[in-house]
Amino acid sequence: MNREDFPMLKKDLIYFDNGATTLKPKPVIDAMVDYYSNYSANAHRGDYDISLKVDTAYEQVREKVRNFIHCKSKDEIIFTKGATESLNMVVFGYMKYRLKKGDEVLLTKAEHASNVLPWQELEKEIGIQIRYIPLNEDHTLTLENVKKIITPKTKVISIAHITNVVGDIRPLEEIGQLCQENNILLVVDGAQSVAHLPMDVEKYHIDFLAFSGHKMLGPTGVGVLYGKYELLENMKPLQFGGGMNSFFESDGTLEYKGIPTRFEAGTPPIAEVIGLGAAIEYLQGIGMERIHQYEVELKKYAIQELEKIPNITIYNKHSTGGIVAFNIDDVFSQDAALYLNHYHICVRAGNHCAKILKDELKIKNTCRISFYLYNTKEEIDRLVQVLKQSKDIFKIVL
Amino acid sequence: MDPNLRREIILEHYQNPKNRGLVQEDGYLRENTYNDSCIDNLDIMMKIEDDVIKDIRFDGEACAISTSATSIMIETLLGKTVDEAKEIIHNYENMIEEKDYQKEILGELIVYNETYKQPNR
Repeated sequence: MNREDFPMLKKDLIYFDNGATTLKPKPVIDAMVDYYSNYSANAHRGDYDISLKVDTAYEQVREKVRNFIHCKSKDEIIFTKGATESLNMVVFGYMKYRLKKGDEVLLTKAEHASNVLPWQELEKEIGIQIRYIPLNEDHTLTLENVKKIITPKTKVISIAHITNVVGDIRPLEEIGQLCQENNILLVVDGAQSVAHLPMDVEKYHIDFLAFSGHKMLGPTGVGVLYGKYELLENMKPLQFGGGMNSFFESDGTLEYKGIPTRFEAGTPPIAEVIGLGAAIEYLQGIGMERIHQYEVELKKYAIQELEKIPNITIYNKHSTGGIVAFNIDDVFSQDAALYLNHYHICVRAGNHCAKILKDELKIKNTCRISFYLYNTKEEIDRLVQVLKQSKDIFKIVL
Repeated sequence: MDPNLRREIILEHYQNPKNRGLVQEDGYLRENTYNDSCIDNLDIMMKIEDDVIKDIRFDGEACAISTSATSIMIETLLGKTVDEAKEIIHNYENMIEEKDYQKEILGELIVYNETYKQPNR
């Protein structure tokens, strides 16, 4: 749907790497160009008209994000440079001061590096204990498995809403309920989900939510951290400097600005925030539920068609997210990706930053197709046609 | 070089690599070469006696180019002195990086003389 809005799609290209980043529609590009062309000034700094216009535009996006993820207050929205920075803020700005030695943090082996490595660092620093919630045979996470592993020492569950290789949608509402009943904080990596289905942090009882703008039609360089207000009150800024302080003295006295401004030191990515706002408006114009249903349909169709090819192994047939992880039998995933590239089909090969998922999948590398709203069944047909001829692969890649 | 012949040589070494499989024996130098941009992950072990390369073994996961090149490189280096081996590797690297190189000492490795045309390799 809406293909005409995406300048990149005018090229001879089938873009199936939306899990890595998404293409940008014209309204997003235009909003950023408009800022740079017509009211390019800093935020929160000047007493002239265009400066006020910047402030207004920037703060309006906070409200748009609030409305997009359904949290209580726009002050619970912090702009970061992406989901990675958001998760690092949670771990080193909040958890580091709230958790103690022996406290358990539950992750899964399907998590992206950005939801594993900060915790492993904290484990080294203060001795928290990371435990991995067992996954089912199809690599998905169930409420039952979470229930089985939690103990009185469990203080945090930090998981992706949709995982970036398996593409399963986690039962967040039930897990959130369980967390609430057991005084466990729920941290959610929404990088692969907020662009693809409706998000409601209140309904899911999410304490912290991290996501990136560029995976949801927005620009690179901007992301969001949502945190419940009462938790943000106890979070320490990780960056100190202009914009985050109310006043400071030569003797070291420092008073922070309010929440969330204290967490946004330095000049923020203004054009990017404005672009993110345009992306949210664009997505809401289509409707998140409609996008989700469309992707479910694409995924179903892709599996149905790919299954007809004998030498293709699919690793996540049953997950509902718009991701297909596969290999051509006896072909290294990078060779398969280069082969598809020859036909202008963009897929990603490798471990997709989920480097401990190999313990679960029993295979290190896969080709990953990740769909978005502008992909079509015709593109899937072309992929299938090319894969069917893959006995010629080495004529192409060598 | 004829592209069909080139492809045949590379494919043969990819599908039936020589000296694949590590051994549990003393007297070997061991190295892991993990490339995090292209996800190749190879273990290599080498036995040097009296300055001569007596044995090289490898194992791991890598693409067609990387696997076959490892196989051919091992065959080329076996029996060479350490200095001769360094010279071959130096010339091979020059070839890959489009610099001047001595074709004669590379033997079968010259099947990769056009690999630079695939920069995403």
